Amino acid sequence: MSKEHQPGMSLIVRTITRLTVGLIVLYGIYIVSHGHVSPGGGFAGGVIIALSFVHLMLAYGKDLALQKLPKGVSSFFESMGAILFLSLALLGFTGGYFFLNFISKGQPFRLFSAGIIPLANIAISLKVGAGLFAIFIALVILKFESEK
Amino acid sequence: MNPAANIIPLFVIIPLAGAFLTSFIAKRFRCVSDVIGNITTLALVIISLWAIKIFNTHGILVYSVGAWKPPIGIALVLDGLAVFMVVTVNVVAFLISLFAIDYMAKFTSKWKFYTLFLLMLAGMNGVVITGDLFNLFVFLEIAFVASIALVAFGTGKHELEAAFKYAVMGTLGSLFILLGIVFLYSFTSTLNMADMAVILATKGAGKNIIAMTTVLFLMGFGLKAALVPFHAWLPDAHPSAPAPISAMLSGIIIKSLGIYALCRVLINVIGLTAEVQHILLILGTLSMVVGVFLAIGQWDLKRLLAYHSISQIGYVVLGIALGTPLGILGGLFHLFNHSIFKSLLFLNSGALEYATGTRDLKHMGGLMKKMPVTGSTNLIASMSIAGIPPFNGFWSKLIIIIAAVQAGQLWYAFWAVVASVLTLASFTKVMKYAYFGKMGKDLGDIKEVPLTMRISMSIFALLCLCGGILLIPGVLDSFLIPAVMVIKSGITQALIVMGSIG
Amino acid sequence: MTVYLLCFILFSVGLYCMLRKRNIIKIIVGIIIAEYATNLFFILVAYRREGRSPIYSPDQTIVNMVDALPQAVVLTAIVIGLASTALLVALAIRIYDKYGTFDITRIRELRG
Repeated sequence: MSKEHQPGMSLIVRTITRLTVGLIVLYGIYIVSHGHVSPGGGFAGGVIIALSFVHLMLAYGKDLALQKLPKGVSSFFESMGAILFLSLALLGFTGGYFFLNFISKGQPFRLFSAGIIPLANIAISLKVGAGLFAIFIALVILKFESEK
Repeated sequence: MNPAANIIPLFVIIPLAGAFLTSFIAKRFRCVSDVIGNITTLALVIISLWAIKIFNTHGILVYSVGAWKPPIGIALVLDGLAVFMVVTVNVVAFLISLFAIDYMAKFTSKWKFYTLFLLMLAGMNGVVITGDLFNLFVFLEIAFVASIALVAFGTGKHELEAAFKYAVMGTLGSLFILLGIVFLYSFTSTLNMADMAVILATKGAGKNIIAMTTVLFLMGFGLKAALVPFHAWLPDAHPSAPAPISAMLSGIIIKSLGIYALCRVLINVIGLTAEVQHILLILGTLSMVVGVFLAIGQWDLKRLLAYHSISQIGYVVLGIALGTPLGILGGLFHLFNHSIFKSLLFLNSGALEYATGTRDLKHMGGLMKKMPVTGSTNLIASMSIAGIPPFNGFWSKLIIIIAAVQAGQLWYAFWAVVASVLTLASFTKVMKYAYFGKMGKDLGDIKEVPLTMRISMSIFALLCLCGGILLIPGVLDSFLIPAVMVIKSGITQALIVMGSIG
Repeated sequence: MTVYLLCFILFSVGLYCMLRKRNIIKIIVGIIIAEYATNLFFILVAYRREGRSPIYSPDQTIVNMVDALPQAVVLTAIVIGLASTALLVALAIRIYDKYGTFDITRIRELRG
């Protein structure tokens, strides 16, 4: 964190990263969207999506990772996830109760079922993913006073 | 469900919505964060004052979140003690957020301050209104983590060290609370507080599990409330935070997260036995005496106020642990009064630091002529905390001492009087060195603080003057007596709550 | 019974690290270990005899499941632990910047 390293790691690590980062994001999206039929859900899927960007940062250096997901975009997604979750809870007031499950519940084990739970999972995964990536970026780009 | 109970979730929704909106919008427009922050806290004050009226007409209100009936779902309960705490928390938070408009202008990013402040307020409101044990833990953690970030807000050397000590000790306290919740769940297999009290009473818990959970909760909540063996983080954390945050920490957090949660869990869920009462009496008296003895030799103004916080929390615990209705009334009334005058004292020290740039008493002097509003409000607050009639501190201390004498605990009443006399001596020193006497040499040009800070301090002083009104028989029955009844009835409160569901 | 005792031993290992180590990073690791021990204890309490994991599946007949409520509770507790850890690590980095050391016996400017 203090000295000037050559950004990124060796050639083997960079090649494998290039092949697998997209698959990791896809796997994270799968876990988020099937949160109501199999284990996982918003938090676990959000962590996997964030980790794919951190993987990119570890292998190529922070400049490339910031180019793929700039700081402004990640902070926008973070606030958007939180506001989406709160408005989902407030929409329950149309049925009379805070946080009520107001969409029809459907049949079990299908993808479009279980009321507001899939939407809540998506909102949580946005917030957790963007938030975790922002934590890593904030810890990495901190400029020490001794280096300025 | 009573349609009037729809007011209960608003206490958590409004600050959360304010926090998320502030973090979304206010990065682009500078002045929006002030507006959102103050409108949110003003709305909360109005709703909490309305909740007193609703509670007096309808009785206990229970709200089931998401239409799941307790004990399966989470229940939000508004009883006498919850109304009392909600009014205290929100009124003090509004006045402090009014003060912070001008004080935080020195720091670079004000929108971060308001986001964290509103998150902390949502957490504190959530702790007070919830009726579910794990929900209490989650809201406690939200408020605690937000307050760590606020203590370290200035990112200077001392702030970071104090925030680290606060974080480690507070996380240890949270771990003990979680262990206690695990033990209680494994025995009763429910997380709803009222249900758990009923099951513990009928199933007949063995002495071992009650003793272990009581000790774990005493350690955990004692670390949050800064009772005496667990107080070591407070003299470092409270002076290093910016002045509005010191006032929030000392005025509301150690009471809402510490004393209120301790009372709720130990008295309404587990049930208070004679040994635990004795332990609480000893801890309270130790806090009173140790706090005030350590405060006498201090020359840093905010560190002196932090040690006095420890001492006054000892008064509250002493009052509540006496067990008689008069003692509980004294303890709760002192909790309300201490929020008001201690917040005012910290805001005054913040105003002094804003104007002179120093916190050391030896470098100040003769400021009464140049800063009349700050000086007179500081005089009123000092007379309140020392217990001089007719300010509000006098009434609550008198009730606690009379209750201790009536209950036959003369030794504890003696220490309460000694602590009160030493508090008076300590604040006489503060007033003399800061406001009266000759002007300090290297102080430069001193002006009075800006308008919003003066308004906030004056409203606090007005509440200090009129605090005795809460003891008039008509007002007493609607505000303080229901809270006393909740603590006095102990486990039977759970039966009333179970009856009001659905 | 031995499982619960081992959980307590893990918790006391974490507590020992928090109390006796001098490096800030080791104190943070001690907090993390103690948190994991608490979560593990909660999951172990929820075991029912001959139970399987509390997930419905469309093609099997389920006889007995373990308790499902602690699973949700521990998920929340893990997230809370993550937030605490992130904040502590950020504080530790900034302390290193200001004081130049990770040794807590030399970070003692506030006293009295």
